[in-house]
Amino acid sequence: MAQPIIDIQSITKRFGDLTVLDNLSFQVQPGEKLALIGPSGSGKTTILRILMTLETLTSGHILIEGEQLWHMEKGGELVDADEAHLHKMREKIGMVFQHFNLFPHKTVLENITLAPRLTLGVPAREAEQRAMELLDMVGLADKKDDKPASLSGGQKQRVAIARALALEPKIMLFDEVTSALDPELVDEVLSVMRQLGEETDMTMLLVTHEMGFARDFADRVLFFDHGHIIESGPPEQIFTNPEEERTQSFLRKVLSAGKRKAEKQAAVL
Amino acid sequence: MEWDWQFVIESLPTLWQGVVVTIQATALGSVLALTVGLFLAIMCRSPNWFISQCSKWFIEFVRGTPLLVQLYFLFYILPDVGILLSPLVAGVIGLGLHYGTYTAEVYRAGIDNIPKGQWEAAKAVNLTKSQTWKEIIIPQAIPPMIPALANYIIAMFKETPLLSAITVLELMNQARSLSNFHYRYLEPMTMVGVFFLLISIPSVIFLRRLEQRYARPHH
Repeated sequence: MAQPIIDIQSITKRFGDLTVLDNLSFQVQPGEKLALIGPSGSGKTTILRILMTLETLTSGHILIEGEQLWHMEKGGELVDADEAHLHKMREKIGMVFQHFNLFPHKTVLENITLAPRLTLGVPAREAEQRAMELLDMVGLADKKDDKPASLSGGQKQRVAIARALALEPKIMLFDEVTSALDPELVDEVLSVMRQLGEETDMTMLLVTHEMGFARDFADRVLFFDHGHIIESGPPEQIFTNPEEERTQSFLRKVLSAGKRKAEKQAAVL
Repeated sequence: MEWDWQFVIESLPTLWQGVVVTIQATALGSVLALTVGLFLAIMCRSPNWFISQCSKWFIEFVRGTPLLVQLYFLFYILPDVGILLSPLVAGVIGLGLHYGTYTAEVYRAGIDNIPKGQWEAAKAVNLTKSQTWKEIIIPQAIPPMIPALANYIIAMFKETPLLSAITVLELMNQARSLSNFHYRYLEPMTMVGVFFLLISIPSVIFLRRLEQRYARPHH
């Protein structure tokens, strides 16, 4: 197999006495679409946050394209990464958040062009052109001069996806990107992600509660519980034939909850 | 005791000189207070323990001592260690540092009000620390703080008579020397009061407007 784009080597994350990730290791191949599922508090979001350098590691190592993320070499020894190293490594990684986190004082277009101009030094005209292509792709070209506050949740999330894509990361992290949306707005965001998955060879990690989407979209599914990977495999296997009792009971719960929700909606309609 | 219009008219040029100095001191003091406050607020958040602790103690120290005492130190005691300041410069530094510790608190609260997600989004799009402050945090934090900052500037303006204690020839000092010279306190002191009212009342109305305008900027 080729060199993994992400190589997580026995990482542990503690918040005080609470161990969120417990000596966890896994690898992601370039271009792979990975879905991380599991009950809340199982540590799956924390992995994305550590990869985006929003959260520090307690111990362990992460390699991105063979290069240390949280460490660097200094005088032949591996030391904690400094801000310059983290800045360089972040170029490879983009993230879309559950609560969008758009910049409310900037227009849609400025939200997308800001970082390419400042961090990559792309000239303003070029950055705008690229931003318009991305807005076209997510179907929001007509909103370019609007402020985020005037957009629906689904529109905000599509702008947030465009903002992350503008930096052309090799790895995209999607952290429960549809969890804060009204049910009728979920599909417009998922279809943008589906399109991305088909048209690009970006590596994508998503934490999601949309089991149906995870099943269609992912090449591989990791099931987490209490900071451990309980089971991993292709979606057909995890969703139809899970080996572990914990995976089975989790899927029973979310699938029946999903069914109830769908029935309720159907009843309303 | 009778109101003497003739004396009022004769006093006007002298009082006017004082008005100009009072306005100068307020304007310069405000600029200093707004700048010092911002830097103190940012320094208080420094990951460097020494810097953040020093700024916090500086704020406590300056707030815990009277402005008048600070002015005396700046003007009468610093020359003993070789630092000679003109009265107005000493006065502006005193006002700026003193009120800077109050505006620092306003900035702190305003910065704390920026959701954590904004810092995280800035990091996720790989902005540097200074780009994050300049492009994301400060532009969002400032508008809601404007009424509170303006409030401190008005308060500072009303405290400028304290500068007369360090021989700044601002309005109060001019009025006092007129009074002492002519043995008439009624007209000069009344005019000082009227002047402060004339500025304060429109300022308060202006402040109400600011509050309405900036209460909720993005909603």
